[in-house]
Amino acid sequence: MSAAAGTVSLGPVRGIRRAKDTGFTVFLWTCAVLALVPLTWIAFYVVSKGIGALSWNFFTKEPAGPLNPQEGGIVQSFVGTGLIVGLATVIAVPLGILSGIYLAEYGKGRTASAIRLVAYVLLSTPSIVAGAFIWALVVVALGNFSALAGGLSLVVLMWPIVAIASEAVLRLVPQELREGALALGLPRWKAIVRVVMPTAGAGLLTAVMLAVARALGETAPVLLTALGNDYINTDIRAPTDAVPLRVYDYARTPVEALHGFAWGGALVLLAAVLFLAISTRVLSNRQQKRIA
Amino acid sequence: MSDQTVVLGAGAPARVRRSRLIDRGFRGTTLVVGLGLIALLALMLVELTTGAWRTFDAFGLHFFVGTSWNPVSGREDFGALPFIFGSLVTSGVAIVIGVPIAVGLALLLNQVRGSIANPLTVFVDILAAIPSVVYGLWALFVLKPIFDSSVEPFLIGTLGKVPLIGALFRGKAQGPDLFTAGVILAIMILPIVTAVSREVIAVVPRDLREAALALGATRYESVRLAVLPYARSGIVGASMLGLGRALGETIAVSLVVGNTPRIGWSLMQPGATIPSWIASSFREATSVGLHRSALLALAVTLVIVAFFLAVLSRLLVRRTAELVSGPSADEVLTEGIYPRAG
Repeated sequence: MSAAAGTVSLGPVRGIRRAKDTGFTVFLWTCAVLALVPLTWIAFYVVSKGIGALSWNFFTKEPAGPLNPQEGGIVQSFVGTGLIVGLATVIAVPLGILSGIYLAEYGKGRTASAIRLVAYVLLSTPSIVAGAFIWALVVVALGNFSALAGGLSLVVLMWPIVAIASEAVLRLVPQELREGALALGLPRWKAIVRVVMPTAGAGLLTAVMLAVARALGETAPVLLTALGNDYINTDIRAPTDAVPLRVYDYARTPVEALHGFAWGGALVLLAAVLFLAISTRVLSNRQQKRIA
Repeated sequence: MSDQTVVLGAGAPARVRRSRLIDRGFRGTTLVVGLGLIALLALMLVELTTGAWRTFDAFGLHFFVGTSWNPVSGREDFGALPFIFGSLVTSGVAIVIGVPIAVGLALLLNQVRGSIANPLTVFVDILAAIPSVVYGLWALFVLKPIFDSSVEPFLIGTLGKVPLIGALFRGKAQGPDLFTAGVILAIMILPIVTAVSREVIAVVPRDLREAALALGATRYESVRLAVLPYARSGIVGASMLGLGRALGETIAVSLVVGNTPRIGWSLMQPGATIPSWIASSFREATSVGLHRSALLALAVTLVIVAFFLAVLSRLLVRRTAELVSGPSADEVLTEGIYPRAG
């Protein structure tokens, strides 16, 4: 315990000591304000500028020509995001939950800690690295950008998230439930599938939602692998658009009318991600209360 | 819990044998999928390094210290120093601005009552969930104009005249620059640094602080004497986690940094970071071997730094947890899985 960082004479609190304490309190509250300013500011801009762009065309039309850009929409981005994120979810969720089951139910000793460490390392891997990896592995090998590559780059990011989050919620399930199930003669796997997983139910759902929320907003890995597309594409072997890609593209275009579309895309993205993030919070709070 | 199903009765009937087989199969499947994570990481490392090998082979150390980047066939020259420089500078600015605010906020969250702390925590969580492209859009259309018109001229006019550090604040205020990129990164790393700092501060035993307060210490003194000495290594770990995020951030940075390879003192000049450069040149590089290899070498450079930071921050957070025998580093770092911008 090396706590003795210094000594203070603890006389009456006044003068320099009081000033320091007041200064400290002011500093803490300033930090809170400084943290809240960008949030409210961003939310304000995205909503006020984005709402104007939302129209029937925005959700149902492909981009119009350069003469009348404001008459087009970005439907191909919504379809593409659905395709890419859907693909990634279908692959990453079973993998993640099975890894989580191993870590929570069977994992002991070196193997489990190695897997856990690797999951954390993957979690802190910059997303562009996941993109570059799939770019080199899939895009270059197959010779073209594709929704499949986009989905795989998101799998790299989602798998460790689902694994770690589902391990955490499975561990919340009381040990007595497992013992009870085993005592009744259920084999281990059935105890896990029929008793442990249903008990963790909502928690597992939050693990999935966390990962989907993350994947929805990812731009860099999808850019390197799915590239983007001006038209609706449902072929997983072809370049595909996504909402974040479209926002990124329109942010950089000199065409003023399209900046509004960028804000519109950002608004939709923000709404979706926040909806997932907030319901994740609510669900996991409720789950913790239910189990405890 | 025992790993084996206890079988009652001597000659196990076929049904039990089959059930035991399924049990083992299930366990085996989860193990294989779990090991799949290790295989994924291994595959990623192998794929990136073999892809980058041509570049390391051709340029060797020159890749890390060279300052020119030329993909033109026949005159190829790949030096990554300007990007390493840009990444370090923007992340440095992010840490200098972001960490004090994050730690202050974490201390506040540990001091105030739940009715104030809970909404604040939710706000910080929301900040963590905002996609990076939304930060980028805002930075480009809202933050940058304000920085160009007032913040940067002010800094150039005041700090720019101070000896030594003045060199950081010279040049023209207009246009993309490293400083704006650093500020948007500071905002983006705030949630993760706050969340992890808050956790490590929360594990400091309450009685220590209360003892300090009981002895007549002010709140500031109790924090300085009883909280920070314990939480210090954890806070450093949290900052490294933030640094890792900042180094890997691509889209928001690439929208405001200018993507111009450049090395120089002033923060008011454009630059390029490793991720922003990969994102801006992968298109041309997809079909050109050496150029592609050079971009993968950039990715490898990023991976090395990020892995080093991840392991270091884990060790530091664990040290705080061990010091006070609180939650494991795993539990604290689970904060990191909340959706982050990428």
